[in-house]
Amino acid sequence: MRDRGGGSGWLARARGATWIWFLAPVVLYLVLLMVLPVGRLLLLAITTRDGTLTIDNFARAFQVPVYLKVFWITLKLAAMTTVLSLIFSYPVAYLASIARASTRVWIVFLILLPFWTSFLVRTFAWLVLLGKNGTINSLLRALGIIDAPANLMFNFTAVLVVMCHAMMSLCVLTMLSVMENIDRNLQRAATTLGAPPGSAFWQVYFPLSLPGVSASALLVFISALGFFITPAFIGGRQETVITQVIIEQVLELLNWPFAAALSIMLLAISLVIFYVFDRLVGISALSGGAGQTGLAESAQRALPRRGEYGRKVLALIGRISDVFVAPLQRRAHHRGGETRRFGVLSVVCAAVLAFLVLPPFVMVPLSFTETSFIDWPPRGFSMRWYVTFFSSPEWMAATYRSFVIGLFSALLAMVIGVPAAFVLARRQFAGKVGLISLILSPLIIPRIIIALALFYLFARLNIAGTILSLVLGHAVISVPFVVVTVMATLKNFDQRLEHAAWSLGARPWRTFLHVTFPIIRSGLLAAFLFAFITSFDELTIALFVTGGVTSTLPKQMWDAAILQITPTLAAASTFLLVVVMVAIGATEWLRRRTAA
Amino acid sequence: MPPKLRVVGVRKSYGGVVALAETSLDLREGEFLTLLGPSGSGKTTLLMTVAGLIAPNAGEIWIDGRDASGQPPWERDIGMVFQNYALFPHYTVFENIAFPLRMRRHAAANVAQEVERILDIVRLGHVAGRLPSQLSGGQQQRVALARALVYRPSIVLMDEPLGALDKKLRDQLQIEIKQLHEALKATILYVTHDQQEALTMSDRICLMQNGRIEQIGTPQDLYFRPQSVFAADFLGESNILPGRIVSHTDGYATVVLDGESDLRLVVRSDQAVGPASLMVRPECLVFLDDQRPGAFEGRIASIVFIGGTTKYLITLSGGATISLNETTRRDMARHRGERVRFGFAPEDGVILRAT
Repeated sequence: MRDRGGGSGWLARARGATWIWFLAPVVLYLVLLMVLPVGRLLLLAITTRDGTLTIDNFARAFQVPVYLKVFWITLKLAAMTTVLSLIFSYPVAYLASIARASTRVWIVFLILLPFWTSFLVRTFAWLVLLGKNGTINSLLRALGIIDAPANLMFNFTAVLVVMCHAMMSLCVLTMLSVMENIDRNLQRAATTLGAPPGSAFWQVYFPLSLPGVSASALLVFISALGFFITPAFIGGRQETVITQVIIEQVLELLNWPFAAALSIMLLAISLVIFYVFDRLVGISALSGGAGQTGLAESAQRALPRRGEYGRKVLALIGRISDVFVAPLQRRAHHRGGETRRFGVLSVVCAAVLAFLVLPPFVMVPLSFTETSFIDWPPRGFSMRWYVTFFSSPEWMAATYRSFVIGLFSALLAMVIGVPAAFVLARRQFAGKVGLISLILSPLIIPRIIIALALFYLFARLNIAGTILSLVLGHAVISVPFVVVTVMATLKNFDQRLEHAAWSLGARPWRTFLHVTFPIIRSGLLAAFLFAFITSFDELTIALFVTGGVTSTLPKQMWDAAILQITPTLAAASTFLLVVVMVAIGATEWLRRRTAA
Repeated sequence: MPPKLRVVGVRKSYGGVVALAETSLDLREGEFLTLLGPSGSGKTTLLMTVAGLIAPNAGEIWIDGRDASGQPPWERDIGMVFQNYALFPHYTVFENIAFPLRMRRHAAANVAQEVERILDIVRLGHVAGRLPSQLSGGQQQRVALARALVYRPSIVLMDEPLGALDKKLRDQLQIEIKQLHEALKATILYVTHDQQEALTMSDRICLMQNGRIEQIGTPQDLYFRPQSVFAADFLGESNILPGRIVSHTDGYATVVLDGESDLRLVVRSDQAVGPASLMVRPECLVFLDDQRPGAFEGRIASIVFIGGTTKYLITLSGGATISLNETTRRDMARHRGERVRFGFAPEDGVILRAT
């Protein structure tokens, strides 16, 4: 007998230390390519060239008013983006959570479309929409509302609107992941107990959806804090954000220590906010951040226990809304139909969805224009910009490189992320929360800091600009998406199926191959696609690490757009839109096929 | 006194699918009526239309003498216990039970008093401050009951409230619900697919199938006087034997079973001559030792010991199998393969409509 002590022998062994090896790669990887490089960056900020400690770099940030102002603008923009995104995302997520399954699938598809569309493409679209000769101005002039083109761009409001457009799909998906786990019967139960719809919503549904709201708020705020594409293109000098200053310090002024100091300050702000979130809600609510299910327990656990005061406020809001809502609902009841109950809500949601989905498609007609500049409306029909795009060695090389980097970084992220996800989904151990924090930290730490730290590391290793460097860098930011997606998939996997396979004589590896893998395959594929698109759309790291002949597609687009928005860029954008739609369609098709 | 609940000609279909055919029903004050039927029989649809959660295509709902047809759920003065309880996870037990009172703007002191009273009745005073997730299944169930009863609604609706509990707890809560019903003089419309539950708890049972009422009456009515093969089959065990009524005298019919042309059975019935099915409960059959005419003859195919009763499966010469239940005695000496004679009293047989 190989297993001493019979059946319990191998269980005891499995309970032993072998699973540590599943976690080792991801821990090692993140320590080597994130923790240490970011630490090195910190060191850079607080030491002088000859190695003595200094606070000069931080002092400068506080002494020069322009930097404080930039920080203030960055915070203001992030905060307002967060608040507006929450307000407009909530109705959409709410409708999706209470709608029929078929309607929900459609709403989610419409949200995923902008979610997966490159930030660059979306920003370019807004440039076209808001430009002097852009879509909105032409429309207003055609309607005779204005005579001269209005200045829609280069102001705070424009940046805010476009930032909201950039962040809202993430916001909706995060909220939805909590909301779809709220039992729909609760609101019905409340109405049978005498609560009119307004009270039922504000006293029952709303408090239960709060973990989703706060998780969205956190993700949106932290993403917005480090976001620079929109301010760079849509904003004027007044709307410069801190990330732009950091990029400028590194790429133009080569002032590494000061850039590092600014980065550390940005990081400190993020961490403080994250800490506050963790105190209030708990970090586990985040692991559904990718719009995945399986949040029920953490949401339950994390429910904020509001005091008597909070209850009274919600009760009051409920009663006020009853005054407005109840008559509408009663009318609907008399008509005997349930179909029109969500009338107002549907209209609001349709408007928000249109705002989210339509803008990128403005690039499609522009890519077929005959003129060599961007103008609205596009003139004539020609394929010449596609010919230019597909026959240009730079564009094609960049596209090819992006595909290769996306493929390999996604594979790398899967190899180190999937085993960790298995352990995290199935085992309880000391330090688990700390480990989840480490794995999620590439989402929490502003992208610019990781990019800067990696650039510094790669430059010293002399591999900056190589495909390898980008594969390594992109894997760092893809790993959290892989782990979160696979964990969510595993939560829905019935582990008794594995036990059944064992009892039928299958060894662990064969069990995985014949039982576990086929069932979670579509989840793994989703994780892979998630990682691939994250890399394919990545600009920040590429901005530092690449240059000239080693461009990726986003970097190439950025460089081209800095000069001018051309029809070639429109063709490239349209190409990206098609790639994304095919990818979402393929995932959806695969999901349905596995489900059937 | 007007009925507490009147359902008049209510009908509901989804597209072309009829979920509930035109249905009418009355509930007396203090009555416990169970809608019993398999899934898809329309019982939950009927309950939901009474609650106002489903809008019917036609018909009226009257609650406590008021026409509630156009009223939304929150104005209907109903209490409802949901299948999975639907307790609000963010509220404590106390707050859950206080919810309907607060919706009715009761004064705070009154709310506390009423909640404590009902918590005493369901014996949950010690968990008032806990969240639903910290309670056992049985406790959650009792909180759901308390929440639906605390404000003394005109009628209480229960949608398979015991479905999620294990058998022992279910038996115990059946009795508790029955006691609550009597103590609070509540009028209850109860939905279940469990015939045992329906027989134990109800004043009347409304048996449903395919979106319509199959039969309505006391549990004894339904058990001993089923009007259809479906009713006989759904409640309890039954032997249903196809045959025909050949003659008829003084309220007694003579039945000949298919495949048993020698056997003449006498059953109390007014049914006319023609094809019919005979239904006899297994416990109404008894072994006969004498040579009385009109007795079945067959061979014991198997004997199943079920504790208090013993079940015999007996094959007739025509091939049909009949089950017979007998109270278990220690000295029973029948064995498999033995030829036996057995029969039933004319009053214990039921003639069912031909189907």
